Amino acid sequence: MLLTISTTHQPATDLGYLLHKHPDRVQEFTQSHGTAHVFYPESHEHRCTAALLLEIDPQSLLRTRKSVSSPDFALAQYVNDRPFAASSLFAVALGDVFRTALKGRCTARPELPDRRLPLTLSLPAVPCRGGPEYARRLFEPLGWQVRTEPVPLDPGLPDWGDSRYVGLTLTGEHRLADALSHLYVLLPVLDGAKHYWVDDDEIEKLLRAGEGWLAGHPERAGITRRYLSRRNRLFRVAIARLAEVDDLDPGADDGGETPAITEEAPDKPPALAEQRAGAVLAALKAANARSVLDLGCGPGKLVGRLLDDPQFTQVTGVDVSQAAIQFAHDRLRVETMPAAQRSRLTLLTGSVVYRDDRFAGHDAAVLMEVIEHIDPSRLPAMEQVVFGRAAPRAVVVTTPNAEYNALYEGLDHDAMRHTDHRFEWDRARFESWAREVAATYGYQVRFLPVGHEDPQHGASTQMGVFHR
Amino acid sequence: MTHSTEPAPAGPPPVLSIPETGLVLLVGISGSGKSTFAAQHFKPTQVIASDYCRGLVSDDENDQGASTDAFALLHYIVNTRLRRGLLTVVDATNVQRKAREQLVRIAKDNDVLCSAIVLDVTETVARHRNKARTDRDFGDHVIARQRRDLRSNLRRLDKEGIRKVHILRGPEEISAATIALEKSWNDKRHLTGPFDIIGDVHGCRAELESLLTELGYRIESDPSGRAVGARHPEGRTAVFVGDLVDRGPDTPGVLRLAMGMIDSGDALCVSGNHEQKLARSLKGRKVRVSHGLAESLEQLAAQDDDFQRRATAFCDGLISHYVLDGGDLVVAHAGLKEEYHGRSSGRVRSFALYGDTTGETDEYGLPVRLPWAEQYRGRATVVYGHTPVPKAEWVNNTICLDTGCVFGGRLTALRYPEREIVDVAAEHTWYEPTRPFLDPGDSAPATGTVRDPGLLGISDLPAGADGADHPGGAVETAFGRVRVPGQNALAALEVMSRFAVDPRWLLYLPPTMAPAPTSADPALLERPAEALSYYRGEGVDRVVCQEKHMGSRAVAVVCRDEHAAARRFVPGTLGTVYTRTGRPFFRDPGTESAVLAELRSAITAAGLWAELDTDWLALDGELLPWSAKAAGLIRDQYASVGAAGRAALPAAQGVLRAAADRGLDVAALAGRVDRRLDGIEAFSAVYRRYTWDTDGPAGLRYAPFMVLAAEGADFSGRDHLWHMSVAERLAEAAPMVLPTRYLAVDTTDLHEADSADSWWRGLVSTGGEGMVVKPLGGPLTKGRKNLVQPGLKVRGPEYLRIIYGPDYLDPERLATLRDRRLGRKSGLALSEHKLGVESLARHARGEPLWRVHEPVFGALALESEPVDPRL
Repeated sequence: MLLTISTTHQPATDLGYLLHKHPDRVQEFTQSHGTAHVFYPESHEHRCTAALLLEIDPQSLLRTRKSVSSPDFALAQYVNDRPFAASSLFAVALGDVFRTALKGRCTARPELPDRRLPLTLSLPAVPCRGGPEYARRLFEPLGWQVRTEPVPLDPGLPDWGDSRYVGLTLTGEHRLADALSHLYVLLPVLDGAKHYWVDDDEIEKLLRAGEGWLAGHPERAGITRRYLSRRNRLFRVAIARLAEVDDLDPGADDGGETPAITEEAPDKPPALAEQRAGAVLAALKAANARSVLDLGCGPGKLVGRLLDDPQFTQVTGVDVSQAAIQFAHDRLRVETMPAAQRSRLTLLTGSVVYRDDRFAGHDAAVLMEVIEHIDPSRLPAMEQVVFGRAAPRAVVVTTPNAEYNALYEGLDHDAMRHTDHRFEWDRARFESWAREVAATYGYQVRFLPVGHEDPQHGASTQMGVFHR
Repeated sequence: MTHSTEPAPAGPPPVLSIPETGLVLLVGISGSGKSTFAAQHFKPTQVIASDYCRGLVSDDENDQGASTDAFALLHYIVNTRLRRGLLTVVDATNVQRKAREQLVRIAKDNDVLCSAIVLDVTETVARHRNKARTDRDFGDHVIARQRRDLRSNLRRLDKEGIRKVHILRGPEEISAATIALEKSWNDKRHLTGPFDIIGDVHGCRAELESLLTELGYRIESDPSGRAVGARHPEGRTAVFVGDLVDRGPDTPGVLRLAMGMIDSGDALCVSGNHEQKLARSLKGRKVRVSHGLAESLEQLAAQDDDFQRRATAFCDGLISHYVLDGGDLVVAHAGLKEEYHGRSSGRVRSFALYGDTTGETDEYGLPVRLPWAEQYRGRATVVYGHTPVPKAEWVNNTICLDTGCVFGGRLTALRYPEREIVDVAAEHTWYEPTRPFLDPGDSAPATGTVRDPGLLGISDLPAGADGADHPGGAVETAFGRVRVPGQNALAALEVMSRFAVDPRWLLYLPPTMAPAPTSADPALLERPAEALSYYRGEGVDRVVCQEKHMGSRAVAVVCRDEHAAARRFVPGTLGTVYTRTGRPFFRDPGTESAVLAELRSAITAAGLWAELDTDWLALDGELLPWSAKAAGLIRDQYASVGAAGRAALPAAQGVLRAAADRGLDVAALAGRVDRRLDGIEAFSAVYRRYTWDTDGPAGLRYAPFMVLAAEGADFSGRDHLWHMSVAERLAEAAPMVLPTRYLAVDTTDLHEADSADSWWRGLVSTGGEGMVVKPLGGPLTKGRKNLVQPGLKVRGPEYLRIIYGPDYLDPERLATLRDRRLGRKSGLALSEHKLGVESLARHARGEPLWRVHEPVFGALALESEPVDPRL
């Protein structure tokens, strides 16, 4: 909510010209989400400080929502840090109130904007995902001296440690326009929170503002990614709502989109996901499967590969998430698919723990990286549905090999590769499970490694191919 | 039967008997009077005329060019009606064999009987009638051809699969004829019992006599001491599921007793496969003498001729299944799927006698059967035998009573409608089974099928959950139908599949709760007066105000031992604690079992197992602290807001002071910043109260406020004083259990209303969340129309800071917030409540899992409905 800009340039009061704001006045600027105030807590020849204070009207944040079905219709937005934190909303106000200064124009003192001035920028509460270190990585390459002040989460709960906010003070010699544009672009990057009310146009504007310095910034990729990750996820609304009912983070169940690590073998390409799909295809061909059921098809990557191969005359993709099925439908361009190909494809919303007659009549079923997303207590239901009821001639199951995790840098001991994984099995555990399932339902099973194979830890992915 | 074209000689007017639910073909040339006849004897909706269908598809009832489409439509309608079990009359000429064949096929596909009524008039009559009609202009040659077609195969109609053929000759006979609708042989819906259904006897006469005695029947004997009948003093009826004969020591004795009971109206019997085969053999057909048939033949050969004749006729005349008790009970030897109830066809009989066989045989040479019972979803209870099982157990409202008496097991009966099992042990192993049947330690029945009533199907869920673009389904509850939109069902499918506990635990999901109507006092959003006035307006005089604990909702299902868990829930467990959306409450199994252990010992100490006659108990309550489950939320959401405010606001105060010192006019702004900081401090104080350290079970408190269910019992009918008293007894027994303070209030007494207000103010001024006002009579309390809200929450003004924001008490903010729409929330709360009590009732009645799951799933689906989350 607050930014102070101080300079010791002589005369310091030139700051008023640069900002186009008179040091002896208190000015108000109406914003879409409240009121911005600009005033000068100090104004001398040797030192001058301007303050931008943004008062956010919480009610205005609500008014922008279009309907009760939009994702911001969640409890989180009624109690949020926007009124206090220097977030993307603050950046928007900054861009508006100091528009002329950002452009580097000053009609009264045309030579001033190009002068590098000794500046100190101070923000008492900057939401900083990635910690103070990340703030330094963003600002230091631009020539700022960075000082961060930790903000405790709650003095009444001392054990809870520090909050995600820091007090941020930047000191350095810069053109004022550049200094403002650094904040304008990087504050939202530091924030990284979801701001459904910032639309894509704003993002475009922010990126344009980075011209001249963003391209050469060492963290360029991360900066860009954080913008892209803020795309809204409208289709998850109903699921988010159910998480919220349970006092969970509404985004928690979007686990499907946030792997803990990038699952790449140390020896790099082809990507593990590619190799996995390839190995599954090979197993299906070896089984001479013509109709294939892809359970947990997600966005339909394997389904697409199966459709490319005329051996597979009937491909059924199933996912428990209707959003995933919709996404697969769009990604595979089902609407414009040639009729012959389309007639080979069926996409279904369904669940592997509910018996489903639509699963019957396939030569083979695939559970590619699916079982580890099922609670162990529900595995028997899945086994009955797939092996007992759908009972195709062949079933191909892939799952991570926990032993291999040791080779992933940045993955803690005992951690799993994905936040939604309910378990990751070592080879012995997977094989004993698979043998038991095979014995119960009258299958034979063989095992194959997928991806880079380490002599000690085995392959990254393990695969079981069941036959009956 | 004469086949002359002359009018039949005058006789008594013909009475045509027609199966009540079958297909009737009217057969006759154009102008024979079919439509007139149909209109006289059947309802307009029962008659499907080809002319009418022709009109529907072409706007011209006589457009012969539209016949193909018209008949396709006619067949569709006929098929739909027959599938739904409706009597259907086809008004078309039906003179060609090919036309009839298709209709006969449709009747067979729907397992109903087909009959024909032939209206046989002369060409002269027909021609004359057609001439009188302006809309028919086809030539005489058409009628001549039709009549040729008709006459050419009139005599062979009954060879075409038409069960009954009635031929009416000439206009007089046609107009004199009357129709008598006859019930199907298997339709005994008018018999309402009570019944004692008896499993496969297989010649075990001594055991049968013991069982009948055990059931309370008095056995009647003939002079030589042989049992020839049995009668229950209270007029109960025995029903044999078939397989009275073969294998055992005294098939004639069993037949004598059973036949006597049936003759005197004391028993019914359906045919078993063994009776069928025995009858064939006795009638001299060549059958393979195996599976104990030899014993029967030998024993019967020792009987006199008269008895042999009677036994043959008896076995031969048995019906393959009965529909009893208004359609609520079906008895068939090998069971019967719902589509076949009350139907008649070869495959229905075959199913009833042999089960749903695949045609394959297993390693013992016995037929492989499909687990039809597991997929059974019908309303009627199906009782059967045929396949020996170690123990009679309910599977989806079906039960197999063949407990292998002849193999040394037991002879079992089911009392209906009491649903009690009565059985006696076999006196010997009379016959060695082909396949080991009582394998100790192996609880899986040796039926060649895996029975798992715990497996749910996608088709068990409300429509739309399967992703078919569907507006949604509905759940029927005792308090009305609750609609479940398809989109919500999809969300529930994902959450149920990915996150929920084993569905066998989910006997109930707590409904959402509406707040009291917005306070008339402009300084508050909620207060007790409006909640009391709501109940008063509904005609409810007594309510209970309960302290509202701020924690997380938790349903605890506590089993006394593993045996209870295995029988009623999930084997190898002792209970579970789950959240509002059916997720496991605890990630750590150790914490869960410690919490369950403490609750279990509290239930034991309070003496509730015996008092409630149960070995498990389900409680609904609040688990504290809030931080136990919501630590992440408190940290990321609430504490973070506090942190940001405490960092930014004092800094703002600092620069504003400096600006003021310079003489700038920032007083108004500074005042607002000061107020915001006060708001933030008050806000942080709220969530801190609901936060304390826990370590596993240490530090956790559970505040139960309702006893949901126990074995065979659903406590939604009990009043809240009872529920509170149970909670108090549990709290006395275990330190983990937190009692709930409460106050009973008469809504019509304003003094009591005042004391409720003071009581509430006392709770909220010391940091409480507030209270819940409930109808004292309990969750099933009805108001003016239907159920009233099971509770209304009245939250305190400080607590609401974490809901509406730290500054919501600013007068202008509050004025805006007071305009809140409660209708949707209240509607959802009631709908979910109906689903909740429905699932408890179904569970208590011992209904199958899919029936309990349906309303539970519906409640989860409704929770995904968009509604203002602050309410």
